[in-house]
Amino acid sequence: MDSLNAIILLLNYIFVPALAYGSQLAIGAIFVTLIYGILRFANFATGDMMSFGTMVAILFTWYFQSMGLTLGFLPTALLAIPFAILFMGLYMLVIDKFVFKYYRLNKSPPVQLAMVSIGVMFVTQAVVRIIIGPSDRRFFDGEKFLIKANEFKEMTGLNEGLAIKSTQVITIVVTIILVSTLFLFLNKTKTGKSMRAYSDNEDLALLSGIDPKKIVTITWMIAAILATIGGVLYGLDKSFKPFTYFNNMLPIFAAAIVGGIGNPFGAFLGGYVIAFSEIFLTYAYKKFFMYVLPESMEPDSLIQLLSTDYKFAVSFSILVIVLLYRPSGIFKGKIL
Amino acid sequence: MRKNLNVIAAYSIMMGLIILVGIFQSWNIALSIFNLCLISAVMTMGANIQWGYAGLINFGIMGFTALGGLAAVLISVNPVQEAWSAGGTNILLSLFFIIGIVLAVRFVLNRYQKSKIRNYIIAAIIISGIIIIRLVSEPGIEAIEEVNPARTGFLGGLGLPIIFSWIAGAFFAGGLAFVIGKVALGLRADYLAIATLLISEIVIAIIKHEDWLTRGVKNVIGLKRPAPYEVNLQETEWFINLVEKFNSGKLSLISDIAERQAALNQFVIEGSSVFVKLCYSGLFLVVVIILLILTQKALYSPWGRMMRAIRDNEEAANAMGKNVVKQHLLIFVLGSAIVGIAGAMLVTQDGLFTPGSYRPLRYTFLIWVMVIVGGSGNNFGAILGGFVVWFLWIEAAPIGLYLVNLTTAGLEDTHFLKVHLIESVPYFRFLMMGIGLLLIMRYRPKGILPEKIEIK
Repeated sequence: MDSLNAIILLLNYIFVPALAYGSQLAIGAIFVTLIYGILRFANFATGDMMSFGTMVAILFTWYFQSMGLTLGFLPTALLAIPFAILFMGLYMLVIDKFVFKYYRLNKSPPVQLAMVSIGVMFVTQAVVRIIIGPSDRRFFDGEKFLIKANEFKEMTGLNEGLAIKSTQVITIVVTIILVSTLFLFLNKTKTGKSMRAYSDNEDLALLSGIDPKKIVTITWMIAAILATIGGVLYGLDKSFKPFTYFNNMLPIFAAAIVGGIGNPFGAFLGGYVIAFSEIFLTYAYKKFFMYVLPESMEPDSLIQLLSTDYKFAVSFSILVIVLLYRPSGIFKGKIL
Repeated sequence: MRKNLNVIAAYSIMMGLIILVGIFQSWNIALSIFNLCLISAVMTMGANIQWGYAGLINFGIMGFTALGGLAAVLISVNPVQEAWSAGGTNILLSLFFIIGIVLAVRFVLNRYQKSKIRNYIIAAIIISGIIIIRLVSEPGIEAIEEVNPARTGFLGGLGLPIIFSWIAGAFFAGGLAFVIGKVALGLRADYLAIATLLISEIVIAIIKHEDWLTRGVKNVIGLKRPAPYEVNLQETEWFINLVEKFNSGKLSLISDIAERQAALNQFVIEGSSVFVKLCYSGLFLVVVIILLILTQKALYSPWGRMMRAIRDNEEAANAMGKNVVKQHLLIFVLGSAIVGIAGAMLVTQDGLFTPGSYRPLRYTFLIWVMVIVGGSGNNFGAILGGFVVWFLWIEAAPIGLYLVNLTTAGLEDTHFLKVHLIESVPYFRFLMMGIGLLLIMRYRPKGILPEKIEIK
């Protein structure tokens, strides 16, 4: 019984939250890695692009809510996502046309493009803050919990409850659908293959008749899908605040590099590596050991490897270690 | 003289703008903008050395700034004796353990061949070391943080004049840069950017949460000053006389003695804060000029030529027998040390250390905008960039307000769009920075004052 309690405890506090957080990071990391692999620059506007997409989704959610349109037990924001993606894609294409295109055609070094993306970051941040303001916004509606802790306790008769938020389930389900479609697209369709070819060797791809304009447009559209969905999922699960989204760029970068930048599958797993290690290392295991160990050996302290204040620092330290020992990432991305 | 004309013109315009602020807003605002411009100029010089001279991207400026600020605290605050006696030994013991771990890792690295076993040994040393340090330091940290937590709750500093911290800040930041450089300098440019950005976040996390060292988010306030206090100045004889002399024209117009005294008091209060700011300006100006002379000398020295050679073609420079790795590390340390000085200067001016205020947007990306806008590789450009961008950053809100009022003049004052726009005026600065950066990158990629190298 005690061991079962211990397992539920870990599931409740580590596994489920980490899985949801990891999915959100993974989507962002695939976004970073796609831009890096195909357009060849580190996009410092990642977090702010995600917040732009989320902002549009929130505006549509409010509009639908004011019309009395809801999805019942599901959050209304899911209905707003397709419209938000449309706006996000439009925004990205406009930015590409007026900003990035010039440097791409001039074959500027990646560093210059990264600098330009900082300019885009500033502009996007301003646009988001001017339109929706800098404050914290919750836009979740519908059923909050799939399983409540109390219900679970009554159902199983265990001491520990397992609470599963519906946003966590939505996050995981949407991530699975999105990522598997993306990988199918990249690996099976002709366009996807040509994108991979372009990422691998630009000149060779151009020689074999791949249209770079088409590749770039499609990349931005996929990026818009990823940015919007990733942003909305994070906002549903936690809350929407432009500053948090900007900061999320950092663990997302860490996930992309840990997984091997330029490698979408690596980025996907990298998200989970970062999320799990953040939560594993900062969880206080006292209660867990109370269940597992006999009473005489119960620990006095919290048995916490690192205080939760260092949550971000954990992922960055992992990144530094990976950069030191395996600079191309765990799953062999581009060589740095 | 003619070739420097654009430099002189750019600087005169900049000074003219600041003087205009002084005339139209107030001299207090003008001087505080000027002081922060000078501090920004020091930061941009540091970043410019790394980026302009050597082509190294350092997005960790925030971390070095914060370390400089930490130096100001550790140098100037008086030591908290109780805290030292409560947990000082544990902290010192942990410090020895940290040194021991570093030495042990170095020993293993030197002694054994590269192999999997060596990696495992190093990992084992580090992990066991961390566990030991936590066991040793935990009671000490708790004891220190319990000493009068509302006012101290930390170890305090050395109690020296705060001006020494400008040098200490340079050493702190340089030391960190040495470690980071050893780890990360081998990376390609954009990875170096990301790595330094993330490492600076780690530094901030540590400063924010190690309360025994920095008081963390509880902030350290009331730091010592290298300049006199306003309150003392207002009671000093010679200062009142000086203010009287300056404003004698205005004062002589007032006939009533009581009114005249009141007016004089007002002038003294205003004058005292202007005087304090002028003291800071003087100190900062000295630092900027010294750094400018040194960096200019370095730029035109054989060393500067070598750095440019390395920047422009690393492989060729390597083939000519220049030690690229060593020079990169050197310049990374030097540039970061300058940023550290700026961090200490900033905390000195504010008189308080607030770890929560260090955010990458303000302390990393804004500094980079300054470098790019001003002109990378040109010290005068970098300083000008610091001035221009900081000036716009502060004055963006008034300009934004003016523009909003202009464009929505046709709307009523209560129209929701106008109200919303006026509320979001503070964010126009982001828009301005972004568009400014994009325009400069597109149409003047070398900045306002581009790099100009003459071979003499």
